[in-house]
Amino acid sequence: MTEAALVDRPATPGPGAGKRATILTEHIVEVISDSGEGAQRCGQSLGAIAARSGNGIWTVEIIPAEIQPPARSVAGASGIRIRIGATRVTNGGDETDLAIAFNEQVLIGRVRAGELKPGATILLESTWREHKDPTIVASYTETVASLQETGYKVYEIPLERECRALMTDARRGKNMFVLGMLCSIYSLDMQLARDQVARIFGKKDAKVIATNVRLLEAGFAWGEANLDFKYAIPAERSQTPQIVVNGNTAIALGVLASGMDICAMYPITPATSASHYLSECFERVGGLVHQAEDEIAACAFAIGASYAGRCAVTITSGPGYSLKQEGLGLAVMAEIPLVVVNVQRGGPSTGQPTKVEQGDLLTTVFGSHGDAPKVVLAVADIEDCFYTMITARKIAETFNMVVVVLSDASLATAQQPFPRPQFSEDWLAPPLDQSPVPAGAKPYDWDPVTGIARRFVPGQPGGMHTLTGLAHDTMSKVAYDPTINEQGLRMRSLKLTTLQKTLRTPPVHGDPEGDLLVVGWGSTKGAIEEAVDRARAQGLKVSSLHLRFIQPMPSGIGAIMKRFGKVMTVEGNWSDRRDDELVDEENRRYSALAMMLRSRYLVDVDCWSEARGQPIKPGEVLKVMQAKLAEGR
Amino acid sequence: MAIPVTQCIIKLHEEHHNLEDYQGGVPRWCSGCGDNAILAAVQRLCRDEDLAPERTVFVSGIGCSSRFPHYMKTYGFHGIHGRAFPIAEGVKMARPDLSVFVNTGDGDCCSIGAAHWIHAIRYNMNMTVILHDNHVYGLTKKQASPTSPMGMKSNTTPRGAVLEALNPLTVTLGVQNVSFVAQGVDWIPDLLYDIIAKAYRHRGFSFVRIIQRCPEFLPKMFEPWLHDPGKTLLLTHANGLTPSAETSRIYKNQREHDPLDIHKAREIASGEDPIPVGILYQNPEVPCYEEVRGAGQPRTAEHIRAGLEAEFDKVTIWPEEGRTQPRAA
Repeated sequence: MTEAALVDRPATPGPGAGKRATILTEHIVEVISDSGEGAQRCGQSLGAIAARSGNGIWTVEIIPAEIQPPARSVAGASGIRIRIGATRVTNGGDETDLAIAFNEQVLIGRVRAGELKPGATILLESTWREHKDPTIVASYTETVASLQETGYKVYEIPLERECRALMTDARRGKNMFVLGMLCSIYSLDMQLARDQVARIFGKKDAKVIATNVRLLEAGFAWGEANLDFKYAIPAERSQTPQIVVNGNTAIALGVLASGMDICAMYPITPATSASHYLSECFERVGGLVHQAEDEIAACAFAIGASYAGRCAVTITSGPGYSLKQEGLGLAVMAEIPLVVVNVQRGGPSTGQPTKVEQGDLLTTVFGSHGDAPKVVLAVADIEDCFYTMITARKIAETFNMVVVVLSDASLATAQQPFPRPQFSEDWLAPPLDQSPVPAGAKPYDWDPVTGIARRFVPGQPGGMHTLTGLAHDTMSKVAYDPTINEQGLRMRSLKLTTLQKTLRTPPVHGDPEGDLLVVGWGSTKGAIEEAVDRARAQGLKVSSLHLRFIQPMPSGIGAIMKRFGKVMTVEGNWSDRRDDELVDEENRRYSALAMMLRSRYLVDVDCWSEARGQPIKPGEVLKVMQAKLAEGR
Repeated sequence: MAIPVTQCIIKLHEEHHNLEDYQGGVPRWCSGCGDNAILAAVQRLCRDEDLAPERTVFVSGIGCSSRFPHYMKTYGFHGIHGRAFPIAEGVKMARPDLSVFVNTGDGDCCSIGAAHWIHAIRYNMNMTVILHDNHVYGLTKKQASPTSPMGMKSNTTPRGAVLEALNPLTVTLGVQNVSFVAQGVDWIPDLLYDIIAKAYRHRGFSFVRIIQRCPEFLPKMFEPWLHDPGKTLLLTHANGLTPSAETSRIYKNQREHDPLDIHKAREIASGEDPIPVGILYQNPEVPCYEEVRGAGQPRTAEHIRAGLEAEFDKVTIWPEEGRTQPRAA
């Protein structure tokens, strides 16, 4: 935040005259519209401008399942939440402080879901008050009255009228007007905003940029003149270059940085944008995105490419992940390196395609028939999305294993700045080995301690063998001998053991011992750690542990858990509700990670989970921790 | 004893690779199984084309025919049921320098893998595909397959198959980008070899359906064709098969057919009795997916680094940026 932004504005007539900015440490703002009105672009731009001002940001997209849902409908709400902070922001936070809605219907759903803070400020498009359809007028006026009655501070904003003065189709310009207004509200630098507009419309001609800058400036001026409040969230700019991308883009960049050549995929929400990004940039550097005819083919194609010596990745989401199971088993059995990304969404079946859930952990660890050991990594934030892809490729090729990276719908679209990575050649895959295979070498010459065997790649003279998904001996010959079958199972399992020996114990967030340890995995890290910090500020002896490696689990976790009076997981998936009449300790179904921790460590790990399709809020986690601490007292 | 010159040349040739260089073990197919004839023809082809065993990959799915790679002394990938095509496509895309063959059966290709088959035709990647079509599931012990003729009794159709058989030739010829379609029968080994050789030399997705006997489960299925050469329609052309005088003496039912003529090819493909044998269609002009996509280009670390830095530049916030004072709105 620059000093200039905090200086009083020249006196303008209207309620905005002479106002001073209230200094805040953080604020949560939401922009909600019908699909196609550009609320997400507006919010992403606000996030980018704030990030460029040095603010910490985290964005959460609100995405309807349909491309063109009916206008002015509760279910059709499309938008974005931006949490802006004076320092680094690690999650979407609690309830919204300020919401801007393009009609009252899209707002209603957010209010009903309890997403708005009591007394929150609402800026609402007022054009509906003068609509020719009396039912719309009635709906609008009733909603405004009820919101005011509930205690929200409602400002009616003539977006349509103001924008129509600048462009014929006001519906397409409102989002930039609102962006300007938000820059005024949050005292953001307008030059950064103009640059942002130029960046997003960079591919279009100068006229488009000029029109949008006019809208932006008009929105800013309107805010300055007519709103009787103004905020500033001063922040220190980072001294190192930062990049701002969402999780799926970070995954795509990670694929590029890992030296993988081929991504085979089939379109599926919410994973596809990673492949979109790769399609744009991958081929310029000799990589290739293959859109296969289905998820099974995408997996098989990646396996074929990996087998031939170019470790490949397939990127998907829940239903696609289910379809790939047989292929994954083949890669496990034949020991072909393969990287799989599962951007989890609500399940089972088609579930909630655009909503977040952590429902695929067990299917990832245990999926595919028989004993099919795979490496499972869960990404916790945006930076993690990038580096995990590099790690995944390395593990896949070192151990000739399937490595599954679990992300989710929340990280897919969430934006958060992180330090610009410094390229290293170590990230890349080694060159294709085409050297002759020494006489007598076997295609599955398993090391009896580590289980690892050197792989022979087509093109290597002397290495010819037929790889098979059938049980096989060291020569890759089909074998039904009982000892040979067990030898294969043992060797494939030993590779996980070997990898486990190389892993470091994850750090505890908070004190190393205390009354309660919360264990989490994936995108909940920021919310859990923020909740722990709040609890500790209240004097509670709470810490948290976040697992990136789920399979294998690093050593030391059992010892950490034993240093706490109580242990529980917090997860974004289903677990039985203990207040349901028939649920008891004999039949209660625990959350996925809790189940794994209980079985491995024989520790009484409790769990709390929700699967509402929304990112878990730190305030909610805090309440859960307080309740757990109070239990049994 | 004097050795004729031709023998010398053959001998020289065989010093590069001989049949044993491609023979990877004793096949465990039933005696009289058509797979044996196909294996012999393919091994002969590898020798004649002097294929480097380490640069040759046989990919298969699941079924009797899919055991094929195990009996070759090249690289082989015995995959999962129905998925030989996408695996082979991945191999070819990653390594266009390799010679890729696919062995698939009527269940593997035309039933569980049918979606991949359709799309593989459309991708037209440079590979030789052999459909081992014996009209029955063998490995799972006699169930009807999509190519089983109507009325065929099997363990899943004890009162006879109720559906019309699927015709793999007309299906293949109906898909955009089809570039090579041929049909052979296991009981005419010379023609089988010629057809597979033509397929191998075609640049693109060379689809060869081979009608083969299953002596275990359908011992009498092809007897009428074996006993009556007139029930075989031999397709001949300067750009297709040019059968030897000896073959022509036996198989007199011949028709000259230009493999470029897709309409006639479709008409011929529709006929099942007599069985057409030869090259039905060949179009060398159809582009291959791996070439269109520019597969196999070398990538250097510097190349990747430059691409990555360019992407980072688009989304970087520099410490010195944005220091400008806000301008009057």
